[in-house]
Amino acid sequence: MVQDQERAQHEAQQKAQQKAQQKAEYWRWTESRWTNPDLDWKDGQVISAGIDVGSVSTQAVVMVDGALYCFASMRTGSDSPESANHALKWALEGTGLSRDQLHATVGTGYGRVNVAFADKTVTEIACHARGANFIFGSSVRTLLDMGGQDCKVIHCDEQGKVLAFLMNDRCAAGTGRGMEVFADMLGVHINDVGKLSLQVEEDPPPVSSTCVVFAKSEAAGLLRSGWPKEKVLAAYCLAMAHRVVTLLQRIGVEKEFAITGGIAKNAGVVNRIATEICVEPLQTDMDTQIAGALGAALFAKDLYEKQLKA
Amino acid sequence: MITAGIDCGAKNVRVVVFGEGKMLSKSVTPAGVDTSTAAEKAYDAALESAGVSRDEVEKVLATGAGKSEPAFKAGVITEVRADARGIHFLNPEVRTVIDVGAEEGRAIKIDALGKVVDFAINERCAAGAGAFTEAMARALELPLEEIGPLSLESTEAIALSAQCTVFAETEVVALVHSKTAKPDVARAIHDSIAERITSMARRVGIEGKVALIGGLAKNVGFLKSLEEDLDTEIVLVGEVEYVGALGAALVASDE
Repeated sequence: MVQDQERAQHEAQQKAQQKAQQKAEYWRWTESRWTNPDLDWKDGQVISAGIDVGSVSTQAVVMVDGALYCFASMRTGSDSPESANHALKWALEGTGLSRDQLHATVGTGYGRVNVAFADKTVTEIACHARGANFIFGSSVRTLLDMGGQDCKVIHCDEQGKVLAFLMNDRCAAGTGRGMEVFADMLGVHINDVGKLSLQVEEDPPPVSSTCVVFAKSEAAGLLRSGWPKEKVLAAYCLAMAHRVVTLLQRIGVEKEFAITGGIAKNAGVVNRIATEICVEPLQTDMDTQIAGALGAALFAKDLYEKQLKA
Repeated sequence: MITAGIDCGAKNVRVVVFGEGKMLSKSVTPAGVDTSTAAEKAYDAALESAGVSRDEVEKVLATGAGKSEPAFKAGVITEVRADARGIHFLNPEVRTVIDVGAEEGRAIKIDALGKVVDFAINERCAAGAGAFTEAMARALELPLEEIGPLSLESTEAIALSAQCTVFAETEVVALVHSKTAKPDVARAIHDSIAERITSMARRVGIEGKVALIGGLAKNVGFLKSLEEDLDTEIVLVGEVEYVGALGAALVASDE
């Protein structure tokens, strides 16, 4: 009897495991948090925070006197206000810093109105330009932000102020979400897509369908006709790069050029964009997904300093 | 004279055998990975049910996205021409044909003789094709044939903010999670695709009687949303999914 129960339990476990394997979430990118080991917030005069609630990811950044202190980057849940809370809580984890000690907080991104504890909201366009200015330096003039559900091209000045911008937020082609769908369909982890797509000797012709849904059926056909996964990925990264380049060309690329957002981490897309426009993007060791939240934290610092003066 | 029309769609291959002024038989086979094999299978099935042999068929014309595939065809005609010819035979009063298939949407304006006057096609975006409702049914975790009738039970009109199929999937899942009534979500889905089909149809201009054909013509929820958007009653012909194949057989017979 006991043995039967144990066996039943074991079988149930095995089944659950098999199911989990079948439902592997290839699209799920790595969430992360980081604290600057060289900074102590207790020495700071101004502690500012920026929260970027995107449609796919949420980032919280805390700065001490305008230097990056800590951040967290995670997936946006179905509840935006909760996502904002979670991200900030995670960013502050282990720092000894509490929410009440933040001097000012700015919310940005698609879900910025849902950051209940923010003192102000600023558009993601302004925040990304400001954040990129911080990450890449004042030489950035053209910024390409490839987010979860949109793609923006921003022209900015040496202070990171927006001069002009163009955006696609209506179609998944050329966005992170589109890449997630593709990774899932091919059973390749989203973090490996770029690397794998570069393992072809020569780029194949790009996937011809623009629409992600149709590109998926096209890719299924290519796989059936014997193309290895790398080649299919190369064809999709190439199509995605081309799609983004048409957006870039509508507004023009002025040097220096930089890329932010999740796709900036995908060398398969980034390299192909660089090849097509013949401009190399600036490099960074920083997490390109936090640009928006970083910009928001910088705006929060301005806000607090203005209040102090008043 | 006996002729045949093969409509090689993105999802299904349909065959119509035509003779003595009427449709003798029809058949359908999933297009699968190999359209040419599927076409052979569908053709043989249609011939068998009509009780005729291949030799007795004078001419076979193919249409649809995979029209170049069947080896036994005598020639090909465009989907637009096939639709126009087919609908004119079924209902000569129709002046505007809207055809929404799995991966394509078309609006065609025809004259009193069934000749094509103008047309518009969407083959680039899934949000204006049957693939949209398929993806949304999956997001709702319902069989495709159930979302149409469910949509009629809606009591409140809500609007989807996303147009893109991929984004709308996420939105629909979020709506279900937030306990929005499924009939209202189903209606929002059909309103959404109807809006896109309407704007495509308006590009060619809507005149006279309007007919809806293709797989989406079987979806009563979409039909209602489209009638509301176009502000006109839509004519349904029998065999809404065989109009293209019938048209090809008719053109073969005309020639």
